[in-house]
Amino acid sequence: MVAAQTLVQAGAGAPPPGADVSIAGVSHAFDLDGRPLPVLDDIDLAIAAGEFVALLGPSGCGKSTLLRLVAGLEQPSQGKIAAAGAEITTPDPSRVVVFQDPTLYPWRTVWRNVALGLEARGLLASRKGRVDDALKTVGLAGFERAFPRQLSGGMAQRAALARALVNDPSVLILDEPLGKLDSLTRIAMQTEIVELWRQRGFTALLVTHDVEEAFFLAQRVIVLSERPARIKAEIVNDLPYPRHRGDPRLAELRGQALAHLGLDASW
Amino acid sequence: MSPFEQTGSAADFDRPRLQADGSVLARGALATAAWTAVAASVTLLANKKIGFAEPLYVGETNAGFIGWAVLLALATAVGALWPPLGRRLVRAAPWLVVLALFVGIWDLLTAKLGLLPVPFFAPPSALVEVYAEDWPRLGESVLHSLRLLALGFLFGAAAGFVTGVAIGWSRGLGYWVHPVLRFLGPIPSTALLPMAFFFFPSSFSAAIFLIALATWFPVTVLTWSGVASVDKAYYDVARTLGAGRSFLIFKVAIPAALPHVFVGLFMGLGASFSVLVAAEMMGVKSGLGYYLQWAQGWAAYANMYGALIVMALIFSGLITLLFALRDRLLGWQKDVVKW
Repeated sequence: MVAAQTLVQAGAGAPPPGADVSIAGVSHAFDLDGRPLPVLDDIDLAIAAGEFVALLGPSGCGKSTLLRLVAGLEQPSQGKIAAAGAEITTPDPSRVVVFQDPTLYPWRTVWRNVALGLEARGLLASRKGRVDDALKTVGLAGFERAFPRQLSGGMAQRAALARALVNDPSVLILDEPLGKLDSLTRIAMQTEIVELWRQRGFTALLVTHDVEEAFFLAQRVIVLSERPARIKAEIVNDLPYPRHRGDPRLAELRGQALAHLGLDASW
Repeated sequence: MSPFEQTGSAADFDRPRLQADGSVLARGALATAAWTAVAASVTLLANKKIGFAEPLYVGETNAGFIGWAVLLALATAVGALWPPLGRRLVRAAPWLVVLALFVGIWDLLTAKLGLLPVPFFAPPSALVEVYAEDWPRLGESVLHSLRLLALGFLFGAAAGFVTGVAIGWSRGLGYWVHPVLRFLGPIPSTALLPMAFFFFPSSFSAAIFLIALATWFPVTVLTWSGVASVDKAYYDVARTLGAGRSFLIFKVAIPAALPHVFVGLFMGLGASFSVLVAAEMMGVKSGLGYYLQWAQGWAAYANMYGALIVMALIFSGLITLLFALRDRLLGWQKDVVKW
């Protein structure tokens, strides 16, 4: 496991450990006092192994629900979701979610929070070193024994990212992970996430309502409609990495996305 | 030092050593003066003769006051040079002065002037007499009370914890247990005393059951609400990381509920004290409650005060112990309940 990771980090032509995700005809509704509240309407989306896809849409449109379905936390009312060819019915540590709130356990130190996935699967004793590696990767070395309340928002979200990475996910699901951070921390962490994705080769699925973030990070941006969410447009961003925020092409793509969302009056 | 270690408080601030601290001297001297005045008044003024029996332990009590005044003087001198003691003395000084006033006036009103009705108010020397003469019986009562309390509280707390986790986790169990909890829980356990003495083979086992019941109720309710109020996102996180059911219960739900559980234990401990004392007064023929009842029956009011003071110290000590346990287990939590 460690050897494979080193290979990927060295970029020595190892096969990408990412898994492809296929979302086929997925509709979903919530039960709201006995009345169905449709949130997703016939979503079809194929994500290639190792691809970085962003879902962009107005708030409350159901994009986070789609992520919960991909994570296996809920079952779709209709349609099928599969990862690496296998249908998703339960959560699995190969598909880890980083939520908008870090949701670290306040009674655990940072180290033990990051070790959570290994501990839950009974692998902690044999892979203690992975926890230290993950903390180092996200720049939290030295904070092992801190408690979550002692961390800033950005540090807490880094710890949550480390908690995900320790499990070597083949799909990393990012549910507005930077939504509550200040803009400087957000910019720094966007760059870090891209770097991690490029090094490790997992498939990344990001939900965001930050148009700039979507295009800076992703290779493909899916624009969703108001609830119930339908796919309104698909914008491919083939700019090579590392990208530059001032790139005129990014501005152009942002304009396109805003037009789809009906927000281009001020563009 | 890493940036998040901002735990230093003003109390950790070290003063330069071996330099007499003026504020310690001033406050220590005030406390010493107050207690010297008490010692002088107690020793030099004549006791009023009350009743036929000569009061015992008067000389010993007076010597105790003098010794205490000397001890305070020494503490002042040492504290002025040694900050840890000095800080404690400075903090305690106002209380020491007030206590000196209280004891001085108490002795004046009872031993010296005989102004308070006699059997109900005893002079300080009578309290000394109680501890000196009756300590074996008092000590035995303490041991009996502690044994009863420990058995009842531990059974009740364990049962309450298990019940609370079970109904917090399983809706099916909650359906059956919840109505029972709502019906039986609010009955004061003391109201069940007569019935329990009737049903149980011994008053001792009846008392254990009632103390356990009194503890069980708050521990159950708070454990249950603790488990029920765990942030659902905590479960989502654990599930996506591959956690199974027992991990969700033992590593997520229970640790997250512990702050609530602790409040339940605190409330349960308080309830267990009152049931303990009531049971000892009504049927169990041992323990501090029985001692109180006995002292009252013999109009031995000094013994009653003596037992009450012991009771206050023990119960307060037990709560302090519980909070110390909380601070060890829940160090991550900011203080919610203060003691």
